[in-house]
Amino acid sequence: MIDLNNLTIVSARAKLDAKEFSAVELAQAYLDEIKKKNGELNAYLEIYDDVLEQAKLADDRISKGESLPLLGVPLAIKDVILIKGRKVSAASKILENYVAPYDATVITKLKKQGAVFLGRTNTDEFAMGGSTENSAYGVTKNPHDTKRVAGGSSGGSVVAVAANLALGALGSDTGGSVREPASFCGIVGMKPTYGRVSRYGLIAMGSSLDCIGPVAKNAEDTQIIYDAICGQDVLDGTTINDQTYLKPILKKVIGVPWDLVNGKGVDIKVKENFKQSMENLEKLGFAVKDISLKNLDMALAIYYIIMPAEASTNLSRFDGVRYGMHKDGKNLLEDYLLTKGAGFGKEVRRRILLGTYVLSAGYYDAYYGKAVIARDLLKKEFARVFNEIDVIATPTAPFVAWKIGEKSDPLSVYLADIFTVTANIVGVPAISVPSGFTEVEGKKLPLGVQFMAPHGAEDALFEVGGKLNMV
Amino acid sequence: MDIKDVENLAALSRIELGEDEKREILSDMDSILGYVKQIEAVEVDDVKTDYGMVNVWREDKIEPCEFSQDLITGQFPSAQDNFLKVKKIL
Repeated sequence: MIDLNNLTIVSARAKLDAKEFSAVELAQAYLDEIKKKNGELNAYLEIYDDVLEQAKLADDRISKGESLPLLGVPLAIKDVILIKGRKVSAASKILENYVAPYDATVITKLKKQGAVFLGRTNTDEFAMGGSTENSAYGVTKNPHDTKRVAGGSSGGSVVAVAANLALGALGSDTGGSVREPASFCGIVGMKPTYGRVSRYGLIAMGSSLDCIGPVAKNAEDTQIIYDAICGQDVLDGTTINDQTYLKPILKKVIGVPWDLVNGKGVDIKVKENFKQSMENLEKLGFAVKDISLKNLDMALAIYYIIMPAEASTNLSRFDGVRYGMHKDGKNLLEDYLLTKGAGFGKEVRRRILLGTYVLSAGYYDAYYGKAVIARDLLKKEFARVFNEIDVIATPTAPFVAWKIGEKSDPLSVYLADIFTVTANIVGVPAISVPSGFTEVEGKKLPLGVQFMAPHGAEDALFEVGGKLNMV
Repeated sequence: MDIKDVENLAALSRIELGEDEKREILSDMDSILGYVKQIEAVEVDDVKTDYGMVNVWREDKIEPCEFSQDLITGQFPSAQDNFLKVKKIL
């Protein structure tokens, strides 16, 4: 029996290379776990039928003496990333039977390493949400308390890793969709610098915000997946190279916007846990400094203008003409109306309408135009504050995972993103690492701390995040 | 915002909405717009936005791109002789 609970990507690599177990045996161990638990947790929407064949190919490479960090490592892939010849639905009815005609660049890179894809994981429809409650295929449950949400939108990928149904995973993060569920489920999730990881083959939501990000049990494993998927790509013009941003020298100073952390709406248990985490970092030799950014509290408002605006534009392509669901009406206009009406779920329809509103004549300047300027101001404030500090720390989410169905109005769910959206708006990398547990109604629920670093300084996140991770 | 505005947005977005959902969306929009309205308070006296744009054109060279034509054409909701078939526009 393979001890999946204590297995990491690093230890699996050593054991695979030492022939303690084969990639086929490892994949089978995960398939057995999935069979036992996925019915209840709903992390995967589909388990691929060729997992063992993929693992066999990895074993052939290992037996020839090849060793790559992810060779034979079983991964879960969020249902918004294209793998050629396999279904990808964005957890939406409108793409229910869509089959990807090409590989996303991140998939091409993982295939070269010989990673094994177990299946595609649940998400909020088109990655729109913070709980996976918006999936057209049912909610993903939190393994720490199955009455609670896993977080989202990458809830399926995160639960797959947290419940030992995969050794690592890919998610996507537009406003916290990798970090928030990682925090709710007690593992590590990371959003790279905007442009660091190619988005060729990622189903788009907000194009100036979207990033593909790794999910794993600890910071070291997260970095291994990140290293495997990052890099400039001719197929994605927004990707950056190593020279795009200067590498800062670490000063061992952490900045905390205490005003925001101590603000209303942040759970007292979250505040206490966060303070404890900062004290732990001080014991490790970091200085913790109070920072103040004038427009930081505007981040969520900026986000909920820019994101729906971009999403409404991106999602206009799903019209039943070339692929996906098609509802037949009397004429072309009726085809559109019926297809989009039936194919998109509630939250997606809501965001498309919201985006259409903030972009419409008469409101454009007041909402979208203003948000673009505010975004620029915030970017400049970040650049200034990063002269004095290495990373900015906040809690990842203002509260623990909520009960399934508890939050019925959309705004109350949006408020969960208060700490995470900023990194997407500014384009900086950010990571969520576990910071302990708090007991709620007899269950131990995980909490997380988020670190944000300057553009291109992912190394600083792994350095600081890794240290807190080990406390 | 009133129900007519919601209907107009739905028409612009080409989404058919039921009567109940129109009312629901109207109330959601009021609460969401009520929140994001705070953006008005941002001071923007003489800010010049720096979009950080750089040119990423590449040479116009033909290079093979790996995708499956069969998978693309096979997913057309309606097709004739391997072409995508759509309703008449005019």
